[in-house]
Amino acid sequence: MTLDSRVPSGPIETSWERSRFEYKLVNPANKRKYNIIVVGSGLAGASAAASLAELGYNVKCFCFQDSPRRAHSIAAQGGINAAKNYQNDGDSVYRLFYDTVKGGDFRAREANVYRLAQTSVNIIDQCVAQGVPFAREYGGSLSNRSFGGAQVSRTFYARGQTGQQLLLGAYQALERQIGLGKVAMYPRTEMLELVVIDGKARGIVTRNLTTGVIESHVGDAVLLCTGGYGNVFFLSTNAKGSNATAIWRAHRKGALFANPCFTQIHPTCIPVSGDYQSKLTLMSESLRNDGRIWVPLKQGDTRPPSQIPEAERDYYLERRYPSFGNLVPRDVASRAAKQACDEGRGVGPAGLGVYLDFADAIKRLGRKMIEERYGNLFDMYYQITGENPYETPMRIYPAIHYTMGGLWVDYQLMSTIPGLFVLGEANFSDHGANRLGASALMQGLSDGYFVIPYTLGNYLAGTRLEPAKADHPQFREAGEQVASMVKKLLSIRGKRTVNSFHRELGKIMWDNCGMARNAAGLQFAIGRIQELREEFWQNVNVLGDNDGMNQALEHAGRLADFLELGELMCRDALHRNESCGGHFREEYQTEEGEAQRDDDNFSYAAAWEYRGVNAEPILHKEQLLFDYVHPSQRSYK
Amino acid sequence: MRITLHVWRQRNGADSGRMVQYQMEGVSEHMSFLEMLDVLNEQLAEKGEEPIAFDHDCREGICGSCGFMINGVAHGPLPGVTVCQLHMRSFKDGDTLYLEPWRARAFPVVKDLAVNRSALDRIIASGGFISVATGSAPDGNAIPIPKVNADKAMDAAACIACGACVAACPNAAAALFTGAKIAHLNLLPQGQPEKNRRSVSMVAQMNAEHFGNCTNIGECEAVCPKLIPLEVIARMNRDYLKAAFKND
Repeated sequence: MTLDSRVPSGPIETSWERSRFEYKLVNPANKRKYNIIVVGSGLAGASAAASLAELGYNVKCFCFQDSPRRAHSIAAQGGINAAKNYQNDGDSVYRLFYDTVKGGDFRAREANVYRLAQTSVNIIDQCVAQGVPFAREYGGSLSNRSFGGAQVSRTFYARGQTGQQLLLGAYQALERQIGLGKVAMYPRTEMLELVVIDGKARGIVTRNLTTGVIESHVGDAVLLCTGGYGNVFFLSTNAKGSNATAIWRAHRKGALFANPCFTQIHPTCIPVSGDYQSKLTLMSESLRNDGRIWVPLKQGDTRPPSQIPEAERDYYLERRYPSFGNLVPRDVASRAAKQACDEGRGVGPAGLGVYLDFADAIKRLGRKMIEERYGNLFDMYYQITGENPYETPMRIYPAIHYTMGGLWVDYQLMSTIPGLFVLGEANFSDHGANRLGASALMQGLSDGYFVIPYTLGNYLAGTRLEPAKADHPQFREAGEQVASMVKKLLSIRGKRTVNSFHRELGKIMWDNCGMARNAAGLQFAIGRIQELREEFWQNVNVLGDNDGMNQALEHAGRLADFLELGELMCRDALHRNESCGGHFREEYQTEEGEAQRDDDNFSYAAAWEYRGVNAEPILHKEQLLFDYVHPSQRSYK
Repeated sequence: MRITLHVWRQRNGADSGRMVQYQMEGVSEHMSFLEMLDVLNEQLAEKGEEPIAFDHDCREGICGSCGFMINGVAHGPLPGVTVCQLHMRSFKDGDTLYLEPWRARAFPVVKDLAVNRSALDRIIASGGFISVATGSAPDGNAIPIPKVNADKAMDAAACIACGACVAACPNAAAALFTGAKIAHLNLLPQGQPEKNRRSVSMVAQMNAEHFGNCTNIGECEAVCPKLIPLEVIARMNRDYLKAAFKND
């Protein structure tokens, strides 16, 4: 198999414009003859479903939540980047492109990133027109703030709820199309199989989560907009229901999975408080604008923070990175916190935490100003920990937050299965090995509003599709697969709960494929995951039946996929003998302990082909060419 | 802490349902309320009893999935938070807690503490949007919006559609929910062209879904985890009345 990225030739500045002209169009009268399946209703899914329905396509949209408005995009706090240059501070499409390629540690595809930077400006216009209440200046114009990894103010925001407001904008556009009868919405419905007929994606098999009914849905193209797979770690900032099932089952049907080991660890999350912990909560990165991060100089110092004098504190980010200080990018800040804790200088009950201290900022700016800037975050911290961050420093620790890897897609967002498109966090394309803050919302909406309406039309207009029916043998087979898996999970009746397996998988992943990785640990993890997977299929206990809502059954099916995906992540991390972005291999670091890339050997996207549960996957490489931004060692000293 | 729970158990919409008592020992005050239920569910599964079904997802108070009554109060005793953000330190050793699903004709029970809130989606589909097709938007700064209006719109737009307002209302009215969306969109210049149509059709849909009438009791505002103010209902009523006299 050769990977054809279908990147347009010629100057990057006009690639997208030329492509849009060259792409074939579907006649308006013919659009209504096509049925499009959209799985997921987050920023990518809702925006795609609404935009395609507006064009005239018939759309079916699926989500596992009880309403499309609850997709996890809703939890994004900080903001969305756009190269508007409203601040007159030197921003441009090219600069956003440059920052994103560099921030991704030179492991993203240039042409995709350039297009993303171009469409970013249209996103803001579209969202404003929808009524998204972005922050405004007194004069009535849109307000911006700065964000990690950038020297310009290009981030648009709606208080600390930017993701919510953008998603509601897309959701409302989607609901409008539902009301007009152009989108059929299927909430509380989970995709469990992709159906491929004559080599093309032609539909999905779903399970209704309230009735257990298994159904086939036929379409002319399938769009997966199902988000990331951070929950393979059990503890992450993802919503509890976020899962990899749709992309993993598509992977099993032939879609290559690219860069699975590229996961982002966010430095500012609330630390784990006990073994009952169910998820981790992010504290916005913006806190690092005013908070100072420190740990005690001495190991095992258990004094309360107020009794540790200034001279016995180590403001390690300011010490190690004098020019960026507390504002180094996420991957760097996370690793430094881990190192401090590994040295035995971590704080809090389990020693897995560092202080984020606002005392100086309160002294300098006054409590009122800090309240205005971060009040809602301080409240949330207080709710969760019971500690008042105005009086005592916050305790933070890194947590899994985002996955840059995902299904491999070409420039037109199509996977290696014709007719299967992948949008948003579910694909691998734009963020390389590390995503910059406020870029995830941008990518989800760019893919859904402004890319897929063009590239989907090009596929449909250029492809001959035979009529397909739900009684086609491929649909029947997929339906039987789903039914037999459900039956099997319900018949094991072993001794361990789904949750206990998931926790164990998460711990294996976090210890061996988390913030720092090494060959021995990854090899160990691969073996342990295989054993755990075997035990899962013999000893899991899923109670109840398939006649109604069964949340343990849902969880078990998702975990079964994580138990395979986790192994692939470890294999990918093991093969990539370099450090880049969020992927830090201990064997490959500079003398100062920074990530050491190997551009000669690893300047490619690693796309894995599935060969069976216990068979080794096959590696395919898409070489990455950097014609515009030349790879350099990132330095934040 | 030792906590006694009485939880509503109902297999499905056809089942009549009943309260079942569970005894929780060694509950940590640092647990969230839902984590306590996770622990209970693990214990139930180990005993071969089916776990309690409840909706939840982000566990950060923003997705709006979670919510049930704790001792008759939607989202429990702490104002301004969803049940996923509520922690056990808000309770004391020996407490007895009664957990029930949202009770409203428009929210049929799916199972145990989970209900069907799709009526809220249908209210949005009837007019809770601005009709602007992708690609047809002018520049973001083309229409200046006074900060105070943008802030007020944001206050209303913070609604998470959890349904607590409906559950708390003795009439099971959805006025706070519907009013919040009408206020958000009608406050903005972009929302003006469809203002009348929106106000009339959203109110009509709200009635069609068998939500009750608003009688200005204010229970909704008291339990709203996002502190949506009662004034959005006044705005809805005003905009509805004005629109009802017009014919567009």
